Amino acid sequence: MTIAPVLILGGRSDIGRAVAHRFARAGHPIQLAVRNPETVAADARDIELRHGVGVSLHAFDALETAGHAAFLDTLDPLPGIAVCAVGLLGDQAESERDMAAATRVMRSNFEAPALLLGELANRFEARGSGTLVGISSVAGERGRATNYVYGSAKSGFTAFLSGLRNRLAGKGVHVVTVLPGFVRTRMTEGMDLPARLTATPEAVAEAIFRAVKKRRDSLHVLPVWALVMAVIRNIPERVFKRMRI
Amino acid sequence: MMLSGWGRYPWAACHVIRPRDEDALRAALADGPAIARGNGRAYGDSAMHPRSTLDMRGFERMLDFDPGSGVLVAEAGVILGDIISTFLPRGWFPLVTPGTKFVTLGGMLAADVHGKNHHRDGSMRACVDWIEVMGPDGCVERLRPGEERFDWTLGGMGLTGLILRAAIRLQRVESGWIRQTLIPAADLDAAMEAFEAHAGARYSVAWIDCLSPAPALGRSLVMLGEHAARDELPQTHGGAPFVVPRRRALRVPMDAPAFLLSGPLIRAFNALHHARGSRAAGTRLVDWDSYFYPLDALLGWNRIYGRRGFVQFQCALPLDASRDGLSAMLRRIATAGQGAFLAVLKRFGPGEGRFSFPMEGYTLALDFPVNRRSLALLDELDRITIDHGGRFYLAKDARMSATTMRAADPRAEGFAAMRREQGLHSAFASAQSERLAL
Ligand SMILES: Cc1cc2nc3c(=O)[nH]c(=O)nc-3n(C[C@H](O)[C@H](O)[C@H](O)COP(=O)(O)OP(=O)(O)OC[C@H]3O[C@@H](n4cnc5c(N)ncnc54)[C@H](O)[C@@H]3O)c2cc1C
Ligand SMILES: NC(=O)c1ccc[n+]([C@@H]2O[C@H](COP(=O)([O-])OP(=O)(O)OC[C@H]3O[C@@H](n4cnc5c(N)ncnc54)[C@H](OP(=O)(O)O)[C@@H]3O)[C@@H](O)[C@H]2O)c1
Repeated sequence: MTIAPVLILGGRSDIGRAVAHRFARAGHPIQLAVRNPETVAADARDIELRHGVGVSLHAFDALETAGHAAFLDTLDPLPGIAVCAVGLLGDQAESERDMAAATRVMRSNFEAPALLLGELANRFEARGSGTLVGISSVAGERGRATNYVYGSAKSGFTAFLSGLRNRLAGKGVHVVTVLPGFVRTRMTEGMDLPARLTATPEAVAEAIFRAVKKRRDSLHVLPVWALVMAVIRNIPERVFKRMRI
Repeated sequence: MMLSGWGRYPWAACHVIRPRDEDALRAALADGPAIARGNGRAYGDSAMHPRSTLDMRGFERMLDFDPGSGVLVAEAGVILGDIISTFLPRGWFPLVTPGTKFVTLGGMLAADVHGKNHHRDGSMRACVDWIEVMGPDGCVERLRPGEERFDWTLGGMGLTGLILRAAIRLQRVESGWIRQTLIPAADLDAAMEAFEAHAGARYSVAWIDCLSPAPALGRSLVMLGEHAARDELPQTHGGAPFVVPRRRALRVPMDAPAFLLSGPLIRAFNALHHARGSRAAGTRLVDWDSYFYPLDALLGWNRIYGRRGFVQFQCALPLDASRDGLSAMLRRIATAGQGAFLAVLKRFGPGEGRFSFPMEGYTLALDFPVNRRSLALLDELDRITIDHGGRFYLAKDARMSATTMRAADPRAEGFAAMRREQGLHSAFASAQSERLAL
């Protein structure tokens, strides 16, 4: 049996590249989908050299939802596994002032990734096999003052993924929801993150690789986050609304 | 953030930046003196500067490989161990390697590192086709062997510019195994004779017991090595010549208490090691990882020297003064009874380059925990080295003075002058270069 190609949507992100390396190390050919393929040409070569697998580059813009179907048509073959790392943290204060900025954050974290994975899901369903991995966030588990625009979009994405999983169970298509806490990447560069709660992109990649192999439904990369979020979810709203966390 | 080298001495609060691309490097250079840092395996303060330390490990891509010639093009932050795990299964091994695989390509080039084959193959520069270096103005230039800036950069300890990429030639090997021959040597003379008698061996190095007094002064185990050919492997390995047993890495969990390194304990350890080695004399197959990188199996072993850290002394002595110089040092070390956990003796081939460390003769390297007595002893070893026309390895140094450096290495003045003339001194500086007035 040939090893299934893995499509990385958002293949220039630190997490996306780490995931590509992890699957390539296990022999999977890689399809890197990014906005500007020339920016990842050297990364593609690096993956090929280190792991001896083929890497193809694909241009796409997740926000151009009308082009999703045409973009997916260019993938040959259709991947066996698709990992979506597309996301945009944005700036909460700006999102509060500027509707266009908020719209971009909402679309980049919910609408665009959801529609893209939805379209892929239909194709996987038709084929009767495949795994979809959506990288959402713990930020979607409860809205907080400091990042609720981003968080609400991730929340929508998480719900979308769980619905998709429900719909496709028994149809040969598996859906994995990844809910990372803090990860040291370009997105969080310069932020002062607590070491014990912060994962590396490589750790996220390893966790995703295992989750795909074991067909897990959902994971927090660092187990401690499950606990942290359980606490946060259970704080009564009348207390929570006055907290600054 | 607080930074040190591998020896965990000295420490300094440094502003560390991890640039992602050349533009970020350029922006950092516009901000005053900076120094590149690889994987921090230099022992002292070569790869740190309080004002701006540039962590080069973000540049970690392999860019090209020619399976015909074995030429690898890679970015400077690529780790040596990754080069080996990628290319050994395809029959290629680095031509020159230091005693740890946790170094970056940039660090190997900047220190012009030497391996156990220096007497035959030379230092790192021997396998370099070209390097690309960013100068003070942010311009990137490709430099080749024979060019003056290339020559200063190999061994220039990051003080001539930022190495971005390099093309290095790997060597063909038929297996991941080394045929190792152990030769016990009763004293220093016997060890040196063994080196001279086996000048044709691919790899040679000696583990030397620095604490045993005369008549066994310089008692050693000389270790020779050759890459094993495929048909030398036993049947069990022959089918998969590049597969070696995976070593279990252990991690040193905390700083060891100082008494572990007291003189009597180390003396006992050294004697035991020698006795073991003598019994194992002869030839056997050893996997590449255990052969080249014995210490890498103990992650964070630098912590066994305790909180105060340790320093490594490494000098090179010219051939005609090696015997006298080495015996003087060994006598001094043996009487002082200071803990030298690791002592390594090696024959160097001819020196090359304008500022590289190796010179034809012998090199001795040993570790000391940081304390007043061993620092005093190190000053004495410095003097013995200078008296015998020797010099010191900057990748190990953490403590010598600018005066000592000048006395040992007349090339230092020329290096400093070149840096001034070419406007490099205001762009590239490390804590070490400031200490040594380079
Ligand atoms: C266990 C052990 C064994 C060793 N054995 C040997 C040995 O056998 N032979 C030997 O020669 N050395 C040996 N060394 C020393 C080591 O090989 C050198 O110190 C090497 O330079 C470390 O590489 P690094 O990537 O960690 O660089 P760092 O320690 O981070 O930096 C070392 C120097 O390289 C410069 N540098 C790093 N990257 C760049 C870059 N991209 N551009 C410009 N300058 C750069 C730094 O400015 C600094 O001056 C050993 C070290 C250890 C810990
Ligand atoms: N870092 C964290 O702490 C953390 C925590 C939880 C979840 N996450 C999630 O993890 C995922 C990966 O993020 P990261 O941390 O690796 O940060 P990142 O580097 O900022 O990754 C985000 C990626 O999304 C891509 N992208 C954004 N809009 C796009 C569009 N319209 N079309 C195509 N690609 C688009 C970006 O492309 P460009 O490279 O072209 O800009 C970028 O590669 C994101 O979904 C993020 O929300 C991160």
